[in-house]
Amino acid sequence: MSIPATTRSMSANEVAWSIAAAALAVFSVYVASQATDSGYAFHAYVFAIAGIAAVIAIGKRAVANVVVDPPQEIDSKPNYNMGPVKFSTIAAMFWGVAGFLVGLIIALQLAWPALNFDLPWIQFGRLRPLHTSAVIFAFGGNVLLATSFYVVQRTSQARLAGDLSPWFVVLGYNLFIVIAGTGYLLGITQGKEYAEPEWYADLWLTIVWVAYLLVFLATIWKRKEPHIYVANWFYLAFILTIAVLHLGNNSTIPVSIFSPKSYIVWSGVQDAMFQWWYGHNAVGFFLTAGFLAIMYYFVPKRANRPVYSYRLSIVHFWALIFLYIWAGPHHLHYTALPDWAQTLGMTFSIMLWMPSWGGMINGLMTLSGAWDKLRTDPVLRMLVVSVAFYGMSTFEGPMMSIKAVNSLSHYTDWTVGHVHSGALGWVGFVSFGAIYCLVPWLWNKKGLWSDKLVNWHFWIATLGIVLYISAMWVAGIMQGLMWRAYTALGFLEYSFIETVEAMHPFYAIRALGGGMFVVGSLIMAYNIYMTIRSGEAAEPAATAQPAMAPAE
Amino acid sequence: MGSTYALLASIAQQLGVVFFMTIFAAVVAYALWPKNREKFDAAAHMPLKED
Repeated sequence: MSIPATTRSMSANEVAWSIAAAALAVFSVYVASQATDSGYAFHAYVFAIAGIAAVIAIGKRAVANVVVDPPQEIDSKPNYNMGPVKFSTIAAMFWGVAGFLVGLIIALQLAWPALNFDLPWIQFGRLRPLHTSAVIFAFGGNVLLATSFYVVQRTSQARLAGDLSPWFVVLGYNLFIVIAGTGYLLGITQGKEYAEPEWYADLWLTIVWVAYLLVFLATIWKRKEPHIYVANWFYLAFILTIAVLHLGNNSTIPVSIFSPKSYIVWSGVQDAMFQWWYGHNAVGFFLTAGFLAIMYYFVPKRANRPVYSYRLSIVHFWALIFLYIWAGPHHLHYTALPDWAQTLGMTFSIMLWMPSWGGMINGLMTLSGAWDKLRTDPVLRMLVVSVAFYGMSTFEGPMMSIKAVNSLSHYTDWTVGHVHSGALGWVGFVSFGAIYCLVPWLWNKKGLWSDKLVNWHFWIATLGIVLYISAMWVAGIMQGLMWRAYTALGFLEYSFIETVEAMHPFYAIRALGGGMFVVGSLIMAYNIYMTIRSGEAAEPAATAQPAMAPAE
Repeated sequence: MGSTYALLASIAQQLGVVFFMTIFAAVVAYALWPKNREKFDAAAHMPLKED
């Protein structure tokens, strides 16, 4: 960074943000001093440090004379704000590798329990939410932040709204991730699956998420294109619905402002229903709608073909969001939930076959006329295989929601296999494909450092997924059958520990598959690093896009 | 209490069907409306657009 010739005074906007950050820091130090729990005090100090760091970063902008409110256009071309996109892309890569690695550790612990070394911080119960949150919210969330901020700018032909707010969104979101993840290791959790962070982390996320929604909406508001592209509809549905789900499922009352503990206002079966309304729509709107937005931008872009049927994409969108929101009760088959609600959840899940497969066909058929590119472009191959995995897991999901099937599959590792065919195959691969596309675009490179390494990543990860999900199918169905086996006298044929023992070989195979997926992600991280460091610069013609770097 | 439950359940079960079918029909009509064809064909090319 060059030494600035001049400094400037802070803008009103910067002063307001600095005061807010400083107030947060002061308040956090006060809370830390009174905290009843050392883990909670630690979190309060993290917030305090973040607040101080924000004040310093904003001050540095003024000292370095970074332009306040940069021009919306330069030479009648949109002056895109790609700084936050770059940050989220790198954060996604970092959290991805970390999250996959933690997954591998707990897979190994399941196969060989001695690997938890009797240490409380690394036992399965604490590492499992760390894994799920790291891959879903840290990796997936940063991929969604990066791609949504990229796609909304490009398809609106407009600069990202706000000056400091986009930075607040990406940095604030990653602060939430740090709070959530360290909380699990310290034993702070509200014990709701995929919603483990306690009340104060939830409050922080709410603020960040509202800012995210406003930045996204304001960017769409000033678009140059009259039509709002379908990917933006999917992103918007994702942002809006996650906000509603988050508020509904985290309606808690803290014991005290100095304690991390809180109690949920819902009770009994209502609480269970809220939890799985949230849980299933975290799948439906975070892991599906958001990543379908990626599909609708990156697949056409990479294949250089228009969307196969834009009309189908409209029906796809509305049908998907209207059906998904009702599917949650299928997580509560044969429970205290009223029977009609269970049947409703099952029915909506089965109906979801149609929009899911409509979307898959739309994604795959976008390649018509460009199928040959699958042979030469490993990134496009990754994107296309992700859509195929999407089709596969959205076929499997509705099938598993059928009560009779669920009576066999529920609580078994079949569910784990299903989730991972969606998570590794669909969400993972579509994210990898998007990052492989984004990095050369964002850093103005001709292409990736090595296409060969993408090919290696693709094959190692694909083989890993196949090992993972087939091991879990066998293990899960075996487990379910052993649980329901009776002797001629009507006694259960197997004790629980016998079913656990029988699964050992499959747990080992699963760990091997997961290990291969981790190796693939390490290859990717290296390739991305080398592309940014030493990739060949793009032709000047393609770099017409002016680089107005914001504070970094 | 019992009747409130029965009322809400019947609304969910019966009016729900009508509500969703109407919305779905409207969406399909919007998507297939001949006048919108040009707009949607242009939109299908949006990702390919360079600045």
